[in-house]
Amino acid sequence: MNDILASERTGWPARLAAPGRGLLLVGLALAEAVVACVVAATAMLIPLGIGLYLFPPSVAWLSGLAERARRYARRWSAVTVAYPEPARPAVPAGLPGRLRWCGRTLTDRGFWYEYRWSLIDPIVGAFVAGIPFSLVVYGVFGALVQPFVWQPIDRAGGSNWYTAVHVNTLPRALLAVPIAVAVTVLGLWCGPWLLRVHARLTRALLTLDRTEELTRRVEQLAGTRAAAVDSSAAELRRIERDLHDGAQARLVAMGMSLSNAERLIERDPETARALVAEVRQNSSKALQELRDLVRGIHPPVLADRGLPDAVRALALDSPLDVQVDARLAHRLPPPLESAVYFAVNELLANTAKHSGADRLDIGIALDEGLLRIRVRDDGCGGADPSRGSGLRGVQRRLAAFDGTLRVDSPAGGPTVIELEVPCGS
Amino acid sequence: MRVVIAEDLFLLRDGLARLLREHGFAVDAVDNGPELLDLLLDDPPGVAVVDVRLPPSFTDDGLRGALAARRRHPGLPILLLSQYVEQLYARELLADGAGAIGYLLKDRVFDAEQFLDAVRRVAGGGTVLDPEVITRLLRRNDARGTVSALTERERDVLQLMAEGRSNSAIAAAQHVSDSAVTKHIASIFGKLDLAPSTDDNRRVLAVLAYLNQ
Repeated sequence: MNDILASERTGWPARLAAPGRGLLLVGLALAEAVVACVVAATAMLIPLGIGLYLFPPSVAWLSGLAERARRYARRWSAVTVAYPEPARPAVPAGLPGRLRWCGRTLTDRGFWYEYRWSLIDPIVGAFVAGIPFSLVVYGVFGALVQPFVWQPIDRAGGSNWYTAVHVNTLPRALLAVPIAVAVTVLGLWCGPWLLRVHARLTRALLTLDRTEELTRRVEQLAGTRAAAVDSSAAELRRIERDLHDGAQARLVAMGMSLSNAERLIERDPETARALVAEVRQNSSKALQELRDLVRGIHPPVLADRGLPDAVRALALDSPLDVQVDARLAHRLPPPLESAVYFAVNELLANTAKHSGADRLDIGIALDEGLLRIRVRDDGCGGADPSRGSGLRGVQRRLAAFDGTLRVDSPAGGPTVIELEVPCGS
Repeated sequence: MRVVIAEDLFLLRDGLARLLREHGFAVDAVDNGPELLDLLLDDPPGVAVVDVRLPPSFTDDGLRGALAARRRHPGLPILLLSQYVEQLYARELLADGAGAIGYLLKDRVFDAEQFLDAVRRVAGGGTVLDPEVITRLLRRNDARGTVSALTERERDVLQLMAEGRSNSAIAAAQHVSDSAVTKHIASIFGKLDLAPSTDDNRRVLAVLAYLNQ
């Protein structure tokens, strides 16, 4: 007996599984029809307020079904259905956040594609997916049941047809048997092919067309590029100002003091000595300022040791009790390493400032080309990326790397923040 | 006493070597990590003055060389110099609990007397930590409230003690008598619930262990 959920895509195992798989898709289609009605109904309840609480879960249900359809298409027919970009954010706590989320979802093309799919798939998709099962059932009926039921029907004066054969005599009933076998075989034979047709239909309904997808991507890239350029320009301005007012000014003062000391060294050695001591102090201060500046540009410990130890170093400077569990098999590309370091730095500072937490756990792991960072604290919760400028800053920093920030922070805590950044290797 | 200097900046290496020779040390100078490690392993000096960042990788070669040498020769006196101080590195250096460790910002060499004092203390098995390391450590402890029981004067004494200063050095820096310092230290140990110790180095390590909790 072969499992309809297994992943055979060719040969008889796939053919035998196809009718069952098709039936599962029909069931899925029925659920889609229901969810389509629910989504529409809850969307209409948004103006009444209650929709703000009902709409998000119904959208999650819809996305769950779409996800299942994507999985079946990939597993049974090797058809990959892409995810809409960018991923939908988590539902924030609080009414204004929910309202914004609903508004954003209702204007999101990804949502409308899923909705359109839930309207069309129950009709067209269910029809296509139902064919193999129907043919097999009809064939089995013709071969096994028909030979025994035609007589009573005929006697009762009924008219009994199997395909194009009017079955009212024994030879005709026997003639129907090979036809029925053929129908069964046809149902099994064309099953995988029809499932593929269904998978392509799913793909066509759920994916944005290529141009639209690219347009979206270009818009997104233009946005993150502009933000990256802006922030690096602002950073350079800050560095220039810090150098100008700090180390540079101190060097000028040191030059002045030294030239005064040179002038006084014969006449007034005491004053000259005092000036030289002052120069020494100033040089220490200039070094301190340069150190602070460099730490803000690229921390030496990050350059020396890479992300895990740099985050451990951050943890040691934090007033919180920070546990770091970081395992990376190799160094990350330097720009990514730096962006993630400053993102974690921001999160740590944020937590220390706002959450009232004592303890914080940071997990850093790399799997299948995705860098995941999970920061969990035992504070009071209620962090909202749409309000806190710190979290928005982190989001902006990561956006240039196609990274995402997910915040789960119910009132009363705990807060879990997850960063995900794709990193080629 | 023989000193090994590992520093890639020529001017600083030359200046350090001259200063130490003037004060009666025999000096071997190298400018990269592998040579440093060979020298420390083959012929351990009385003390090594090592820059954290060295060629060939220009990351923390000096620090790693120092740690590797101390694994082979436990308690080998090493004074690390760096443009930056990191708590993480300070912890790694202190982890073996053997003492004879120094960790200072490079600009501390501007004050020749203090620098020579630090070299001698490390060579003698003492612990010398940069004021910057201790300031940051105390800032973290302030935020956690672990040193809130101390008076301001006691906090200042704690800072100097954690840097590895002797009683008389603390007394001089605070402009008080030696006996006043002894009293402050006893009070600090009482408030932080630490076992009193007459051994200077063990005292430093106990205080650092407390602050590093």
